[in-house]
Amino acid sequence: MTRLNKQGLTRRALLSRAVAAGALAVAGPGFIAAPDAAWAVEVTAISEHEMATLLQMARDIYPHDRVGDRFYAVAIKSYDVTEQKDMVAEGIAALDEAAKKAGFDNYLAAGWEDDRVAILRSIQDTPFFQTIRGGLVTGLYNQKDIWPIFGYEGESFSHGGYIDRGFDDIDWL
Amino acid sequence: MATAAKFELTDDSVVVIVGTGAGGGVLANELAQKGVKVVALEAGGRYMPEDYINDEWESFGQLAWTDPRTTSGDWRVAKDFSGLPAWIVKAVGGTSVHWAGASLRFQDHEWKALSAYGAVEGANLLDWPLDAAEMAPWYDKAEAKLGVTGVGGRARLPGSNNYKVFEKGALALGYKDVHTGNMAINSADYDGRMACQQTGFCFQGCKWGAKWSSAYTDIPRGEATGNLEVRDHAHVARILHDDSGKVTGVEYFDKDGNLQMQKARVVAVAGNSFESPRLLLNSHSSMFPDGLANSSGQVGRNYMRHTTGSVYATFEQPVKMWRGTTMAGIIRDEARHDPSRGFVGGYELETLSLGLPFMAAFLDPGGWGREFTTALDSYANMAGMWIVGEDMPQAENRVTLSETEDKFGLKVANVNFSDHPNDIAMRNHAYKQGQAIYKAVGATRTLPTPPYPSTHNLGTNRMSERPEDGVVNRNGRAHDVPNLFVSDGSQFTTGAAENPTLTIVALAIRQADHIAKEMAAGNV
Ligand SMILES: Cc1cc2nc3c(=O)[nH]c(=O)nc-3n(C[C@H](O)[C@H](O)[C@H](O)COP(=O)(O)OP(=O)(O)OC[C@H]3O[C@@H](n4cnc5c(N)ncnc54)[C@H](O)[C@@H]3O)c2cc1C
Ligand code: SF4
Repeated sequence: MTRLNKQGLTRRALLSRAVAAGALAVAGPGFIAAPDAAWAVEVTAISEHEMATLLQMARDIYPHDRVGDRFYAVAIKSYDVTEQKDMVAEGIAALDEAAKKAGFDNYLAAGWEDDRVAILRSIQDTPFFQTIRGGLVTGLYNQKDIWPIFGYEGESFSHGGYIDRGFDDIDWL
Repeated sequence: MATAAKFELTDDSVVVIVGTGAGGGVLANELAQKGVKVVALEAGGRYMPEDYINDEWESFGQLAWTDPRTTSGDWRVAKDFSGLPAWIVKAVGGTSVHWAGASLRFQDHEWKALSAYGAVEGANLLDWPLDAAEMAPWYDKAEAKLGVTGVGGRARLPGSNNYKVFEKGALALGYKDVHTGNMAINSADYDGRMACQQTGFCFQGCKWGAKWSSAYTDIPRGEATGNLEVRDHAHVARILHDDSGKVTGVEYFDKDGNLQMQKARVVAVAGNSFESPRLLLNSHSSMFPDGLANSSGQVGRNYMRHTTGSVYATFEQPVKMWRGTTMAGIIRDEARHDPSRGFVGGYELETLSLGLPFMAAFLDPGGWGREFTTALDSYANMAGMWIVGEDMPQAENRVTLSETEDKFGLKVANVNFSDHPNDIAMRNHAYKQGQAIYKAVGATRTLPTPPYPSTHNLGTNRMSERPEDGVVNRNGRAHDVPNLFVSDGSQFTTGAAENPTLTIVALAIRQADHIAKEMAAGNV
């Protein structure tokens, strides 16, 4: 369901077809990818613009500067299915409309996070926003691979617990 | 070891217990030990320590009650978790699989809340028909069963990082009654269970069995007597009665979704405080049009969930609060009744930690943006505590039948709850104290966190001296139906400041004694 392809897209292939889509992701036909091609997500049901917007939205809702885009991409990839297509299209259209009212071409065209957050605040009571936000709570934070970034160690049973591994090792009190 | 019993559906000599959690699981074993034949029906499946999953969401998926429920009232849970008013377990062992093990006796005056506090406007306070002296020997038995630390000569648990931060702040504020608590978690081998290994997933089921749970203590021991049969995936739909108004058995949906009827001499309901009143209400008949045992109109009313909330705080340096026992740390100084603080009753402060996934879900439900995420960025430097205080019983805080139906076509529970002004005053006081505690140790930021979906669910079939004030008498026996008992937290007349399970267990041990004697005497 959440396929993230770290596929071997060449930098050239990417750049030759790339359209600028926000500061962080590059969208091309059928995929969006990091500008350095470190990762890419296939886009099947929704448009590249929609996927790139969702990705930016995810970052702006739960911004963690030490968490890479690939984790946000995993968290939103599940919207790229036929059943979600209309919901996403309508939601992003409304978001871009709100951006226009705020004086930007669209949501991704707002360069500063503060401006984008203000746009999001204006739609935060909509079902679209709440769906995306709610989905991220598990979609982002339940990815085991991001836990180390926060220092969280996950299960410890397989290591015998912390009884001999620092459950009381605080040294600054 | 004898093999577990198997009783006929037509055997009308058995005691049927609905639910196998803290109340039902203990009652089942205690009766079986006394030679009483018991059929325990449990809606959930059976999982043992080797099955428990130390991953918050996966464990939730394995153990939590996620059948539909609906909510109303002005509590924030109704908005943020409208379909999940409580975080409780559907499995053999019930919520004693999830629980953190904090095991405190009521304070003496809390058995007599109405007398001690006086009438409180808008609250439906009542004295328990029991008192501290009468309960003392049952508490002794319960503490011995659970292996509670800090009593009975059992050492307390060692303090974790999270505890050390909490303790230092508490002492700095002048609190005196501060320690690692009275925990149903072994500090040393006890009763065939090993000592706590400080793994830190107490809420997900203790994989070492260091924490007491009826799932792997009382239930298998009861089965070993040959007097107890536990049927899992057995969802009780209705309690049946005869023309004399005595209950005769229950109808339940079995593993395959087929409706079965189990006859019974006695029925004891222990489905936790949403499901127990729901079952009584769903068992209405022409003789009991408002629901079984409900001539008082009190079934479902006076729902209590403790005045809760959490305080998390971030520090300059790491705490790693997830390491070690989740709730082994307590400050008891605020548990006293002292109306000069602006509210009646008191509260406990207890250490608490959540893993990153649950912290993200519960820190500020619905919250987003940098105010939220920068707090999570400091997750490793966070310490946490939980508030648990006495909340006011209110007639309109209640469980009723919803229009929504479950997969069996049974009306589900709607839970209506709004805070009483006393609850709000208490919570605000506790937030202030909790934040001061952490500031005293150099917190860089404090986060007064709203209540989670309820973990303590009490009062919806309350115990009363007079039949018109409640649902059951001093033995948990229905005022209206002589062979029907309530055996879980729903019998609580008032909630007290303490975590409820030790009291649920003490009441279940006491009730087993009563039922066995009444059966022997032919009174039931
Ligand atoms: C995360 C967490 C931490 C906690 N920590 C503490 C703590 O530290 N100290 C403390 O004192 N308490 C704690 N509690 C609360 C404690 O777990 C409960 O108070 C206690 O388990 C309640 O016992 P009970 O018998 O009323 O219900 P439960 O233990 O919930 O058992 C009810 C059982 O009945 C079953 N059931 C319901 N309806 C039906 C039906 N119709 N047919 C068949 N079966 C049915 C359910 O599936 C369940 O297994 C905690 C709870 C949670 C969730
Ligand atoms: S911390 Fe102790 S009690 Fe809690 S789950 Fe681990 S071993 Fe069990």
